[in-house]
Amino acid sequence: MSGPTIDCERAQSGASERSGISRRKFFGYVVAGTTLVAAADIALSEPATAAVPSPPQVPELYDLNDLLTDATRATANLITVIINEDGTASFALPRAEVGQGITTSTAMIIAEELDLPVEKVKVTLADARPELLFNQLTGGSNTTISTFTPIRVAAAIARNALLEAAAILLGDEVNKLVAKAGVIQAPDGRSVGYGELAKRAAVSETKKVEVTLKDVSEFKVIGKEQKRIDARAAVTGRKVFTTDLRVEDALPTMVCRPPTLNGKPVKLLNEAEIRAMPGVTDVAMIDTGVAVRARTFGQCIDAVRAMQVEWKPGPVAGESDEDIVRKLRQAEIPLPKISELGLDKIGIGPVNLNLVKSIDADFLFYFRSNSALDTNSAVADVRKDRAEIWASLKSPIVTQQTIAAELGLPQHKVKVHVVDGGGSFGRRLFFDAALEAAKISKAMGKPVKLMWHRADDARAGRMHGMATSRVRALYTGKQVLAFLQNHTSIETDYRHGLGDLITASVANLPTGLGNLGFAETIFALTQEIPYNFGVVNQSLVETDQRFNTGSMRNIYSPDVRTAAELVVDQLAAAMGMDPLTFRRKFLKDKRVLACLNKVAEVGKWGRPLPKGMAQGIAIHKEYKTASACLVEIDCRPETVNRKIPNAVTGPRVTKAVYAIDAGLVINPTGLRAQMLGGINDGIALTLTSSMHLKDGHFLEASWDNYFYTRQWNTPPEVEIIVMPSDRKTPGGAGEAGVAASMAAVACAYARAVGRVPDYFPVNHRDPLAFKPKPFIPPIPQSPTNGLKLTW
Amino acid sequence: MPEQTFILNGKKVTVDVEDDVRVLWVLRDILGVTGPKYGCGINVCKACTSHINGRAFNPCAVRVGDLEPTDHITTIEGLADTADGELHPMQQAWLDKDVSQCGYCQPGQIMAAVALVKKVRREGRSITDADLDQIRNICRCGTYSRIREAIEEGARNM
Repeated sequence: MSGPTIDCERAQSGASERSGISRRKFFGYVVAGTTLVAAADIALSEPATAAVPSPPQVPELYDLNDLLTDATRATANLITVIINEDGTASFALPRAEVGQGITTSTAMIIAEELDLPVEKVKVTLADARPELLFNQLTGGSNTTISTFTPIRVAAAIARNALLEAAAILLGDEVNKLVAKAGVIQAPDGRSVGYGELAKRAAVSETKKVEVTLKDVSEFKVIGKEQKRIDARAAVTGRKVFTTDLRVEDALPTMVCRPPTLNGKPVKLLNEAEIRAMPGVTDVAMIDTGVAVRARTFGQCIDAVRAMQVEWKPGPVAGESDEDIVRKLRQAEIPLPKISELGLDKIGIGPVNLNLVKSIDADFLFYFRSNSALDTNSAVADVRKDRAEIWASLKSPIVTQQTIAAELGLPQHKVKVHVVDGGGSFGRRLFFDAALEAAKISKAMGKPVKLMWHRADDARAGRMHGMATSRVRALYTGKQVLAFLQNHTSIETDYRHGLGDLITASVANLPTGLGNLGFAETIFALTQEIPYNFGVVNQSLVETDQRFNTGSMRNIYSPDVRTAAELVVDQLAAAMGMDPLTFRRKFLKDKRVLACLNKVAEVGKWGRPLPKGMAQGIAIHKEYKTASACLVEIDCRPETVNRKIPNAVTGPRVTKAVYAIDAGLVINPTGLRAQMLGGINDGIALTLTSSMHLKDGHFLEASWDNYFYTRQWNTPPEVEIIVMPSDRKTPGGAGEAGVAASMAAVACAYARAVGRVPDYFPVNHRDPLAFKPKPFIPPIPQSPTNGLKLTW
Repeated sequence: MPEQTFILNGKKVTVDVEDDVRVLWVLRDILGVTGPKYGCGINVCKACTSHINGRAFNPCAVRVGDLEPTDHITTIEGLADTADGELHPMQQAWLDKDVSQCGYCQPGQIMAAVALVKKVRREGRSITDADLDQIRNICRCGTYSRIREAIEEGARNM
């Protein structure tokens, strides 16, 4: 997706980015200002096949864009690198940092082109900038892919401007000067720092300039291990998340939520009593529940628990897992039959249909939560004529537009600040807390700091929809003739659009057709079977809009890949081949094959293991990255039944080896960190983590109910290999680690127990490992016995 | 309103607040000490882990009225002052291993790690894999392996 004007440099760039070869000459700007401001168009290199795809009806969107006067300004889409008088560079990244390390990688990219030490580059998160249209969405592992070139261009222009200013000051020619570590040196040894040049390099009128980027071979920062630029703040407690903000008079605020999912409040029956409680300042009813504002969150919890509220039941009242499974099954479409496939057209000569064998598999994936540790939260200060919002937001523009519409304010009267997020995993593509906080602040007429209780964040927060994935693989002898997969899912909500209200509105059209269009487009653009399997067909059906859903690190891939790789193992077995040998024979992508071979070698594929232990191996390709994962799992009774107090233990993944080719890698240690997270996600998705719907609500209300991987389930041995790549452009990393990991764990589990599971996580139908917390009151009280539990 | 007194990161503090407000909210909402994080409020996620008189505790599960004026509470903000150097060795180990991703759970992880090292030393032994397996602090980013490596390095320098 690009803005309303497509100039030739962008078009050229797009083509070269797609082929993985970078070009180096670009135009950008030196922008008028009192200090040096260098800029580039953020849409400069946006590839046409970005992981977040074009919505349907693209021509309509272009027309609508034309109406947005902001976007017609030539410099509207600029991102700017500013050189400060203290010799630092500043950059406001129009993306959300939620742990994926993009502020660090962005600082590295700027440091590289600018010849400035990384620690002198200050990266902050930009407020909502509506003029950026589709270019302020953090999703689809797309940040580095889409911002790499424009950020480099801006930094390189800054460097050139500094060199020109230095040439005048030092009385020498630009090409004789050397920029290094923030200092420019002349051949005679005289030097001047960037700080001193910042004002001298400033211009009074914006000018367009051409710049040549460094060649990959000249990189000194990109590709080197760089520790996170926010690590020190994190380990000293100074890193600021939304609920740590101190906005004047924004007192703690919580919401009493309904006992069934998405129920509605009718009346607060004891308002006077609640208002009289210690610390309570305000009470207000909104569409999602009853809000209370108090001096402390503890007093909010007390008030929420004391509320007697009349509720209207939610849309899934009375329904449980089994009911939703039944609805999904009804929505499934038949997989194509052999006769419908046109096998004669795939170039393998005549096929004797009587010799064709079929493997049919059917997998069910239960609901899973994308709740982060930092719960949904937002600060809102809504006044009569303006509003200000602070939250971790991956789609700040549509947030701003939606809140403005809700409050009846012009868009530019709503200021939206993007705060560091304590995790996202898809959750922060939406702005549920920001919108809710705005409504509450308006109703109370005061600033609020809204925080969702953990129980609400788990039960009423967004999640990955329940899904089935059915596969039919046809083979004859040692050839696979067809691989057909249909994924049927509870609707995935894409109503954040591409980060702006226009595409969000497309997804929000009545009847849900718009959202389905998004879903199908995203499915088509992200799913791939990278094997030579003859006729390959993957399709998606989505149904049922009653749940709070969204992407979950990532969207379809972990489930779709797990179903596919389990069938790959079955094909291998049917042909009497080892899973590794089979994959080597059928893989069609060299980068994936290299990853596969690497994990097989490092993980010692095929090494003897005791009965009850097994290896699993799987691959994945997405976001311009190739990867493979090998795990070893221990399903022996002594391991499965190991005791940790209040813990779900079960099978243990004892070793994980992951290889990734992510193209040009900015920060290898950051990339490995993302893969480490992906491995732990994959383990949880296969073995332990799911939501149980019972009588109209989800049961899980804490981290001791929802079993994300913990220390007792994490692999003691992990090795992550960043593969050398021939690609000169970066691939996506944030989500790339999950699918192959989940699939490898599933394949290992199936081999260890001698049975292919048909639902995930494999413990979902075990007796509940916890006593569900009550629904009325909706949140649990904090214990008081902490002093007896010190250690 | 009752007056609550305790020692926070080496300094005596006095706060006017009801006895039953949990220490976590006194720290975060009244005193503005936001290193200890909220993750559940029911002593499960351990994101608020801090120290009381040198031992790990979770302020979400302690009423402020139950503190004694002589109780020493140390949060992540005060950890460095309990050791030589600009950072505590465990914080330094966290930097060396580049543990943090989003960073939200890491103050609690570090405080738990320091307490664990002290606990096993009181028991006259060193940290085992079984000890590491029993750390309850959740990290939704999944940084567990790096946490384990950092604890071992931090312990060596403590």
